[in-house]
Amino acid sequence: MRACVADDASKLARIVDDFPILRERTVRNRRLVYLDSAATSQKPQCVIDALVTYYSTYNANIHRGVYEIAARATDAFEDARSKVARFVNANPRELVWTRNTTEAINLVAHSWGGANIKPGDVILVTQLEHHSNLVPWQELAAKTGARLAYIPVDDRGLHVLDDLDDLLDGVKLVALSHVSNTLGTIAPLDAIVPRAHAAGAVVLVDGAQAAPNMPVDVKALDVDFYAFSGHKMCAPTGIGALYGKRALLEAMPPFLTGGDMIRTVTYEGATYNDLPWKFEAGTSNIAGAIGFGAAVEYLSQIGMEWVREHERSLARYAFERLRELEPRGLVVYGPRDPDLVADVISFNYADIHPHDLASILDGEGVCIRAGHHCTMPLMEKMGWPATARASFYIYNTKQDVDALIDALGKAAAIFKIDRAGAAGALGG
Amino acid sequence: MDDFYRDYILDHYRNPRNFGHLENPDVVAEDTNPLCGDRIRMELLVDANGTVADVRFFGKGCAISQASASMLTETVKGRPLADVARLTKEAVLENVGIGISPTRLKCAMLGLKVLKTAAVGKLASWPDED
Ligand SMILES: Cc1ncc(COP(=O)(O)O)c(C=O)c1O
Repeated sequence: MRACVADDASKLARIVDDFPILRERTVRNRRLVYLDSAATSQKPQCVIDALVTYYSTYNANIHRGVYEIAARATDAFEDARSKVARFVNANPRELVWTRNTTEAINLVAHSWGGANIKPGDVILVTQLEHHSNLVPWQELAAKTGARLAYIPVDDRGLHVLDDLDDLLDGVKLVALSHVSNTLGTIAPLDAIVPRAHAAGAVVLVDGAQAAPNMPVDVKALDVDFYAFSGHKMCAPTGIGALYGKRALLEAMPPFLTGGDMIRTVTYEGATYNDLPWKFEAGTSNIAGAIGFGAAVEYLSQIGMEWVREHERSLARYAFERLRELEPRGLVVYGPRDPDLVADVISFNYADIHPHDLASILDGEGVCIRAGHHCTMPLMEKMGWPATARASFYIYNTKQDVDALIDALGKAAAIFKIDRAGAAGALGG
Repeated sequence: MDDFYRDYILDHYRNPRNFGHLENPDVVAEDTNPLCGDRIRMELLVDANGTVADVRFFGKGCAISQASASMLTETVKGRPLADVARLTKEAVLENVGIGISPTRLKCAMLGLKVLKTAAVGKLASWPDED
């Protein structure tokens, strides 16, 4: 396995070099300008190597094998759990492997929610949740007779906490994203979590966009559940994690049942395994977990403080460059402040529909996302039919931002946008 | 893809033909492309001979979906409803021209899908009305 990071002035260049897809001219013989890491990140060589090494040298099922490679696989799997747990300052016992954030949230909705949410209870979410942190609660509410309430966000996509104490009255669960995948807004968890706890609520945080981009310490945040996905932070797809406070996890019934999650089974019934295996029914994504371990090791070597600073400076530069296009009808949504957003910038350009924009940018080798970003209620509230979204990660450079601006220039030329373009802006 | 956005496409996007609503349409159909949220509604007025006497479309979305819907309304006006029900993808491709990428084909075909739904629905409902 090659060492991934050097700690010198050329750090960024070395990071880019760690990603084979960015090293090669992969798309139409162009260098890939990948600005869609909020959807999924690219994978460094060390993570790819971890998968290849597992599959080619010690592939075996875990936990019950007596032979050597089974023991190695088990060790690597549990070692990866320790690494990912340490990455968010959790105890490995409190870290359950899932497929992704969505499954982690569904685990809590079904297991904790099924046991604790009663008719008339209130589940408090925010207006900018990803469908993954909204639909499971809508379903739970419909099934139990509970009610959903919303922490509002203002026109800039910032949380409005003026009425928080009223909103928290009678709330059993607060579920909110740490970072919005549509606007990049960083939630003021330090202002929300203590008040939620004071009101007697349990707090679940969707960390899908935060864990990849900033230091996360679940103990310091004092959250009860924290869900995140490996694939957005250099790990393979199909592996994610749920952190839960031990007392809560202990008291929860299993989510899925079957092999691996049991201690003993008789014809009459079963007793369940200890944490965290109680929640890991069936053969896990062994390679994925090992890859996730390699990914957080890689990110830790880079340093999450550095990642946050890097993205902050890219956001600052991107806001500056995008502002140049404002006279021609470019509109940036969200807080527009590098201190208040993490990895994403949402925008529209005059009357160019974001799908057309994304197609034209694709022709220039620039990958962005266009659409509702799985936040349809937020788009509806804001009155945006769709937005274009650029998102940054560790391997993005100012040259990538420049490539975005150049490609936007090409789109403006194709759509014949001039100063008049501002008049026909799509929304907002 | 760049050469797809020719002047007439942009013209239909910015100045859609037959855009809006009919007062008393004989048949209406609507659909969305869940992937990108493009939405198209087609309203038809059918005369006694089964000919499309008038048509309006309404919707929002990308230049491809809106321009191809706009062009389709011009294609079908004055045509027998039975022909409209038999329109194929080629009709759309003839209208919009070359250069559309496979990932965006769905956008181009949304108008056709809605129009055919309207036409087929209307044809299917005729025997009952007689
Ligand atoms: C804020 C947020 N929550 C949840 C998810 C869902 O993540 P996954 O698809 O990995 O379950 C995403 C990913 O798009 C996200 O950005």
